[in-house]
Amino acid sequence: MPSAQTLPSPQFLSTPGDFTGHALACRRGERLVFRGLDFVLPPGGALVLIGPNGSGKSSLLRLMAGLTPREMGALAWNGIDIREDPAVHRTRLHFIGHSDALKPVLSAGESLAFWAKMRGTSASIEPALTRFGLGTTAALPCRYLSAGQRRRLALARLVAAPAELWLLDEPLTSLDSEAAAQLLAAIAEHRAQGGRVVLSTHAPIELGGATRLSLADFRPTPAELLA
Amino acid sequence: MSAFLTLVARDLRLAFRQGGDAAMVIAFFVLTVVLFPFGVGPEPELLQRIAAGIVWVTALLAALLSLERLFQADYEDGNLEALALLPLPLEAQVLAKCLAHWLVTGLPLIIVAPLLALLLHLDPAGYPALIAGMVLGTPILSLIGAIGAALSLGARRGGVLLSLLVLPLYIPVLIFGVAAIEAEIAGFGARPDLLLLAALLVLAAGLVPFAAAAALRLALE
Repeated sequence: MPSAQTLPSPQFLSTPGDFTGHALACRRGERLVFRGLDFVLPPGGALVLIGPNGSGKSSLLRLMAGLTPREMGALAWNGIDIREDPAVHRTRLHFIGHSDALKPVLSAGESLAFWAKMRGTSASIEPALTRFGLGTTAALPCRYLSAGQRRRLALARLVAAPAELWLLDEPLTSLDSEAAAQLLAAIAEHRAQGGRVVLSTHAPIELGGATRLSLADFRPTPAELLA
Repeated sequence: MSAFLTLVARDLRLAFRQGGDAAMVIAFFVLTVVLFPFGVGPEPELLQRIAAGIVWVTALLAALLSLERLFQADYEDGNLEALALLPLPLEAQVLAKCLAHWLVTGLPLIIVAPLLALLLHLDPAGYPALIAGMVLGTPILSLIGAIGAALSLGARRGGVLLSLLVLPLYIPVLIFGVAAIEAEIAGFGARPDLLLLAALLVLAAGLVPFAAAAALRLALE
């Protein structure tokens, strides 16, 4: 694969403290999804992943979370490979995937309290619930929540327990404009405090100073697919 | 530690809210044991002779019933993915889930087993060994079952696959569980067999979390 040998271009030279990926490649099953992908995410930075369906946005997020092993390349936090200490990496990240990770029989409040407590937070979850407009639904079992409310509840995990890196897979799905604005406000606040965000989206989303990464640019050539 | 207990408490709460699991396991246990007198005839001598074996084999099968859901539900609704990304290592989470599973299904089995043994005219001398054997043996069933449940995640007809994977591994538990009762009745004492069960339990508690966590990570990739 040619990209593995090339050195990082000057714009990707990172400074200490950055979350960086270099020459990343990902394989799902037999198929090479992307290759030669570089990114730099400094504190307070945001990365917006765009690209058509199947271009590897979710795969890249899962790779960053450490869920999926990478085919090749380097993924480092502050210069240290994230595989060196997976427990430390898990402690600093929030991953909100396609599923909302809720239990139908637990109430909204219980669900959020569980996830917050598993991250060692003893603070009240009330602010997180109110922040996403769920103040009145706290006692309602999750099976009665609408798709949008479930999404809001999943996103409330972000503010219920602090973590430095937010990995959000199409967070705007089924959110109304009010909730989308609440999410963007939460992201802005998180970044103002030095937090980092990576999100994938199909919607035109405006994040100040965010880097846009088009996954289609890293699609393998037909020759590489056969290799 | 508090995250560990939080996970145990959450699984217990889910089990109580959803009901079913414990009740189903106990109902299966009772019904299956009750079938034997119909099948082999009601002679007390015969039943007494095979009582220990029947109770243990049936307990084994009953424990198997609830195993399929151990990780499956969390896998399907995305909870497992979120759990795997928590600071608490997946190995510890496997142990927490096994503990919760044992409290919901193993503990009721221990309580019901002596009553069913009574039905089968088990020699009174065998009861302490039966209960002690179940106390040591049922957690092993949950632990070994966790490996099977993790390996069969995402497989079609996972329940059948799970049984095929797990039942052969249950054989040592069955052997020593029954042997403890028979030895006690024969007057040799159940101590050696119970010690072997204890050793199996320690071994399973030490190894299973790593094996099951590795299988879960593969399923999540």
